Amino acid sequence: MLRIDRACYEAIVAHARRDHPDEACGVVTGPVGSDRPERFIPMENAERSPTFYRFDPMEQLRVWREMDDRDEEPVVIYHSHTATEAYPSRTDISLAAEPGAHYVLASTREPDSTEFRSFRIADGQVTEEPVEIV
Amino acid sequence: MAVQVRVPTILRTYTGGAKLVEGTGDTLAALFLDLDSRHSGLRGRLVAGDEGAELHRFVNIYINDEDVRFLGGLDAKLGDGDEVTILPAVAGGGVDALPVPSSRPGHRRI
Repeated sequence: MLRIDRACYEAIVAHARRDHPDEACGVVTGPVGSDRPERFIPMENAERSPTFYRFDPMEQLRVWREMDDRDEEPVVIYHSHTATEAYPSRTDISLAAEPGAHYVLASTREPDSTEFRSFRIADGQVTEEPVEIV
Repeated sequence: MAVQVRVPTILRTYTGGAKLVEGTGDTLAALFLDLDSRHSGLRGRLVAGDEGAELHRFVNIYINDEDVRFLGGLDAKLGDGDEVTILPAVAGGGVDALPVPSSRPGHRRI
């Protein structure tokens, strides 16, 4: 299960809406081993694309080093789908490289509501999990 | 030419769990061959193409603070005391438009 506070949840939804029709992406970091997403970090989508995202490599290096210095890890890795459901695509699955993270998908295909779902992706297997907003 | 290499979580299965390993080589290609002699299989996760002629598209590699794609890729020069950081790209997308080569059974893409 993913437990996430309302402020982080709303920040992810707002980022997805802001960048629509391009995909938005980012992380919510937390102390190593805590499973608590606490620090919201929107990332640049280097692809600026409605169908693809990739963290900007230089920004990723900076953020990953900062996490290291603070003993944090990416608890949530999120991105948006702008024309399809909030479910990992084959591309998402084949590129997922953080088996310990909650992969959050937000779909902005409906103008008035944003679908928000969370998954574990490990060894090519997708497992959906409940989301609790606290 | 001793170089420190920072290994991401997902590749630590090749380094016995170590986050930081040491290697030698005056280019990135030479470093990867050296690392593979002690951490068998690691190189295969970092390079692609015929005989590992190019960097894997979805792995970011940095020498100190620079992305090696701007330093000559596998030909990038290394000096004593350099630090190499490996980070799997965080990437994906809503449409299955990415040309994904068929993987071998049991071979997990990074």
